[in-house]
Amino acid sequence: MADKTLPIIETQELTYTYPGGTKPSLKDVSMTIERGEFVILTGPSGCGKTTLCRCFNGLIPHFYTGKFDGDATVAKLKVNQSSIHELAQHVGLVFQNPENQLFALSVEKDVAFGLENLGVPRDEIRKRVDWALQITGIEELRERPPHELSGGQQQRVAIACVLAMQPDVMVLDEPTSFLDPVGAQKIFDVINQLNKDLGITIILVEHRLDLASQYANHVIVMNEGKIILDGSPREVFTSEGARLIGIGIPKATRLYQLLGENGVHLNEIPVTSQEAANLLKEALQT
Amino acid sequence: MIEVKDVHFAYPTGVKALRGVSLTIHDGDFIAIMGQNGAGKTTLVKHLNGLLKPTEGEVIVDKVKTKETSVAKLARKVGFVFQNPDHQLFCETVEEEVAFALKNFGFKEKATKKRVSWALNLLDLEGYRQTSPFMLSGGERKRVALASVLAWDPKYVILDEPTIGQDYQQKEKLRQFIIQLNAQEKTVIIVTHDVEFVAECNPRVVLMTDGKIVADGEAQKILTNEKLVAQASIVPPQITQIFLGLADLGLPTDIIDVHEAREVLITRLEATS
Amino acid sequence: MSVFEGFRFRKVSSPIHDLDPRVKFFYVCILFVIALMFNQLLPLIVLFFVPLPFVFMAGVQRQWLRSLKGAIFLATIIFATNLVSRYIYSGYVWSAIMLEESIALTFRFIVLVAAFSVFFLTTSPDHLGLALEQSHVPYEFCFAFTTAVRFVPVLAEEAQTIMDAQKARGLELERGNFLKRVRNYIPEPSTAPSSWSTPLKKSWSKPRLLPDRHCRKEYSLFCSSIR
Repeated sequence: MADKTLPIIETQELTYTYPGGTKPSLKDVSMTIERGEFVILTGPSGCGKTTLCRCFNGLIPHFYTGKFDGDATVAKLKVNQSSIHELAQHVGLVFQNPENQLFALSVEKDVAFGLENLGVPRDEIRKRVDWALQITGIEELRERPPHELSGGQQQRVAIACVLAMQPDVMVLDEPTSFLDPVGAQKIFDVINQLNKDLGITIILVEHRLDLASQYANHVIVMNEGKIILDGSPREVFTSEGARLIGIGIPKATRLYQLLGENGVHLNEIPVTSQEAANLLKEALQT
Repeated sequence: MIEVKDVHFAYPTGVKALRGVSLTIHDGDFIAIMGQNGAGKTTLVKHLNGLLKPTEGEVIVDKVKTKETSVAKLARKVGFVFQNPDHQLFCETVEEEVAFALKNFGFKEKATKKRVSWALNLLDLEGYRQTSPFMLSGGERKRVALASVLAWDPKYVILDEPTIGQDYQQKEKLRQFIIQLNAQEKTVIIVTHDVEFVAECNPRVVLMTDGKIVADGEAQKILTNEKLVAQASIVPPQITQIFLGLADLGLPTDIIDVHEAREVLITRLEATS
Repeated sequence: MSVFEGFRFRKVSSPIHDLDPRVKFFYVCILFVIALMFNQLLPLIVLFFVPLPFVFMAGVQRQWLRSLKGAIFLATIIFATNLVSRYIYSGYVWSAIMLEESIALTFRFIVLVAAFSVFFLTTSPDHLGLALEQSHVPYEFCFAFTTAVRFVPVLAEEAQTIMDAQKARGLELERGNFLKRVRNYIPEPSTAPSSWSTPLKKSWSKPRLLPDRHCRKEYSLFCSSIR
């Protein structure tokens, strides 16, 4: 549940240029994310989504250097004044390609790695590893080498690795692109559980809005380094801005728009097929 | 024509990836090979250019058995764009990347230059000619991989999961592009689990599960068949899901396109009012 | 590439697998030194058969043979280059000694592959890392070493994938005369730095993620330094 008085992430006129870059990858980005929200961050390729994510855990500006202007605050820490180490205790980042994140000989060791480096006591490590494996549903894979697992399993291991560190915020950069729809749905279910049951703030970078938008309560759309839309999923998907830059809104929402153009107005804006079917039943039976 | 005749394939680890697959691909076909991850889709298409050879059965490309020739020779006719562009790109510049295959196939310098320019323009990459492929974004790298294959104008074009990591606009462009290729009488084979993309393209669909083909026919018929879809563990297109939820109102259930859906619903609403 | 299969550790229990990795490493080093000491064929043949009992005790015959099979191609290149250079160096005079020495040198290479293969097949990189740590080797080196070893199968897979991609773009690696194939394996000068550096480039990107996974401060500095 979102606590409106405590934004967990806030940026103000954030502008960033990669070293050697000719133009900024982020331009005057100002936005607020409340604790406990499930945010979808989307936009055309190259719009700056991944760059913005890297600002949340300090990879920018500490690892990537470059020109950093404006403010970014995460869990009350100013990003440009705190180390990656400090920030990473609040923000966990799961990348797109699981094979780039896993390198230990067994799933267990990969999940424990971050905790070992934090100096967490042995017993606590064991407890947290067990817990993370259980929540992500991969307990029976604990002794397997990660690089021998399927894409979906690897992605769950990557999530477990971050989860074990019990972050306040989890940022997932297109975590399901290599998965089929059934596998992707399972991952979204896990992420949703983390958000609804454990209160972890989720920032999900995704193109597959048809699968993910049912879980979100906040959508941010970027284009060319700027934020152009920021609001609830239904507002954003049916806005003119969304139509102009062409993000892949769910087909259910598209159908709602097309029917609207023909004078047929449904009572609410659907984002899932179930919602659309229910609304259409109401309309057809009256 | 490509013929796949009762092909069985097992990886050296013992995993049986294909268990008796038979398929005929005619010239000019547009086929989407679908199924969940692990069904054997990529394994099957890797047989079409000889990267994998069947443990049993045979694959014949334009009357040549793949077991009797090399991948490089087959490649002249069968272009393969890998799922992960990073597995395919290794040159210093985009220009070199696109020219690589042309040099291997023995194209002369002038022809190579012409084709490279053509391919770069086709995929909006002229501005990146001298850029290193590794400096480009994921979507751009995918386009470079595609350009590097189209450059030599193969008769058959295989795209392994071309929509992964692509945004909506890019998928639209890709869809238009595939239609254009097909209109130029190229045979296009895509491997994908993106049902929405297939619903918009409406190709011939070959549905696989557990190393076997379970269905082969029109997209509209296969993707709206609840039993088949459940068997192959794929998800029907959202529009189909909506109509499956309205089945008890007597509406048709074989709709995959959003515009067709609108027509059907408007007609029904006008009829009832 | 089948030669890399011969270096991939599998978790099995056997007297050799359970042996202290330092002992195994010491044995391999001794074998290495002895191999370097001899130029004649006979001692090298004897050395080749030394690991055999250990191979059978560990039950890794199939993988071990695969590594040797994979090494044959490189061995042939070594043999050819050796023979040709000796021929040229001796002023284009042919002698039986040249043949024997070239064979011996090639065999030395095979002996080394055979010895190291047994080592890697039966030693978990983690155990080796722990053993090195206990021997007071600085942590940074242990970590770098075990991480490097973990990436051997990853690099091998990358190399295989790149070869597949190149074949699919017309590079003939399967047919044609031997010299042409060897030439095709050696990339063009313009692409040479990049075609084999792609797997390395990607491996460089992996340390980037380590700071994000909370490397201890000094190790994150170490990781950055190996970029």
